[in-house]
Amino acid sequence: MSAIIKPVNQKAWFLILPVLLCVAFSAILPLMTVVNYSVQDIISPERRVFVGTEWFAAIMRDEELHGALLRQLTFSFSVLAIEIPLGVLLALAMPAEGWKSSAVLVIVSLSLLIPWNVVGTIWQIFGRADIGLMGAALQGLGIDYSYTGNATHAWLTVLLMDVWHWTPLVALLGYAGLRSIPDAYYQAASIDGASKFAVFWYVQLPKMRGVLMIGVLLRFMDSFMIYTEPFVLTGGGPGNSTTFLSQFLTQKAVGQFDLGPAAAFSLIYFLIILLLCFILYNWMQRVGTQEKEGGHE
Amino acid sequence: MFLTLRGCCWPRRSGAGGAEMARIELDLAHAYRPDPKQDSDYALLPLKMTFEDGGAYALLGPSGCGKTTMLNIMSGLLAPSQGTVHFDGRDVTRASPQERNIAQVFQFPVIYDTMTVAENLAFPLRNRKVPQAQITKRVGEIAEILEMSGQLNQRAAGLAADEKQKISLGRGLVRPDVSAILFDEPLTVIDPHLKWQLRRKLKQIHHELKLTLIYVTHDQVEALTFADQVMVMTRGRAVQVGSAADLFERPSHTFVGHFIGSPGMNFLAGRVDQSGFHCADACLQIPLGRVLPAGELKIGVRPEYLVPASANTEGALPVVVSQMQDVGTHVMLSATFAGQTLKARLSSDAAQYAPGDTVWLKLMCEQTCFYKDEEIVP
Repeated sequence: MSAIIKPVNQKAWFLILPVLLCVAFSAILPLMTVVNYSVQDIISPERRVFVGTEWFAAIMRDEELHGALLRQLTFSFSVLAIEIPLGVLLALAMPAEGWKSSAVLVIVSLSLLIPWNVVGTIWQIFGRADIGLMGAALQGLGIDYSYTGNATHAWLTVLLMDVWHWTPLVALLGYAGLRSIPDAYYQAASIDGASKFAVFWYVQLPKMRGVLMIGVLLRFMDSFMIYTEPFVLTGGGPGNSTTFLSQFLTQKAVGQFDLGPAAAFSLIYFLIILLLCFILYNWMQRVGTQEKEGGHE
Repeated sequence: MFLTLRGCCWPRRSGAGGAEMARIELDLAHAYRPDPKQDSDYALLPLKMTFEDGGAYALLGPSGCGKTTMLNIMSGLLAPSQGTVHFDGRDVTRASPQERNIAQVFQFPVIYDTMTVAENLAFPLRNRKVPQAQITKRVGEIAEILEMSGQLNQRAAGLAADEKQKISLGRGLVRPDVSAILFDEPLTVIDPHLKWQLRRKLKQIHHELKLTLIYVTHDQVEALTFADQVMVMTRGRAVQVGSAADLFERPSHTFVGHFIGSPGMNFLAGRVDQSGFHCADACLQIPLGRVLPAGELKIGVRPEYLVPASANTEGALPVVVSQMQDVGTHVMLSATFAGQTLKARLSSDAAQYAPGDTVWLKLMCEQTCFYKDEEIVP
């Protein structure tokens, strides 16, 4: 039996009231409006009908949504598969100190400073077959490149644009991780006779794990919500080839004004992101703690 | 329980594996800045030093005195800005640590996070393509020595700092054929009890293997108990190399006098002429047979050799007691003479003095040393 009896003081609950209020107004109440929409059919501002889970059922069976979701997942995982290794390589190649490192840092960060819609516009012009550097160059090489007419080209252009825009973020994170490794690790590895690859694999990569995890999560969430750039560049086309989830949602909500289905889908979208982030986070937490269970060699 | 090398089979020096113990000769200087002009620009002032094959050495000095720089030059992590490094007569000044076949243990634990303890210990061997069977055997032996046998399959990242440092030590010891093992304050993060054990262990390994061990520390007890030869350094200069007794009895530089001993040597500044050593209005007779240069001079006496004497004894000075401190095994007497502080280590049953009392202390004795410009007068 515990000898110490803690005094009961329920007044402490009042202390979290301010936070509760802030969160309520910033997150919970808006979310509740969405929940509210998702279970009603809004016919006009005056007329609404409660429909229960009908919208959810309908949206889950929506072929268009399935297509958008598949495109979105392919896109997000392609982004991760390219940007993370590329960012790490960039970070490794960046000079460690002196004016060169400052110069490289500034140059690398440039694309991060550009607003999303400007990025879209830049690539819109960059890819144009008549005046765009890339578009004209590809045409010159005999490739019939057109991001407005060819679905594959459009998809690849959006991917390339994202890689151009966001790989620097991963590179900067990786660079920060690399710089935080004490010299002693490199010295010890040198004394131990480690090869360059062994230094990368056993010292640099494990030490970058934390920042890379942040990189993966950020890039995943951001790419999963990507909207502005493809909207400006391709408008979701040609056809539906670059219509990702957020654009699909916008079309439904403000294009067709289907508030009910759009709200239902918003909630599903939210749950998908939550689920994927949970899985990713847990997976990355375990990487490194279990991978050596079997050991190498 | 003391650690013993229970049935460990350390390969002997004559054993296979092309063991290449080396005599390390340094004749160099190092500055981190490109164009050194004055002494203070140097991390290491020009020095010549030979580390004999199979010796146990310590580099002792305060932080920032150039110990680590010297160690890194020996291991090949750093190239000296001037001069050469020879291993057994072979010029290795620009050779990498691998080429020199050096092992080094750093101040703070360096472990490979993703590996288990065993894999960490095996890493230096694996990189050198040692056959797996030999690696397993060797790792087992080292783990035994470090008492980590039960933890071999644990992930190293989850261990406490002192255990990580044991792994670092193990990686230093795991290669049987190294030229030398360099330790850069390796026991800083280890708790005192284990520190003592590991130091014993290192000494034992040295005895067994006759490896050249060079140990950097700022702890005089560590240096003096570990090494046969201690090199005392300050401000990039090696001021004395000698055994513990040499450093204690005849410090060749006032810095060594200060630094070695607890408390350090007493120094009394004064002036020498034909009549003797003058300090303030007192005059001390110079011991017979000693020839000292005239002019400014310091005398140095260890607190251990200062003894109270009766008034007006030859070679004694009247000092004013400022403090008596009982430190258990003995009594520490602090006193001043003409503004200079002297400390004497007296036995516990010595007479008690109150602050302000005048006591005569005998300064001139067999062990008294004389210093001109901070250097000992031979």
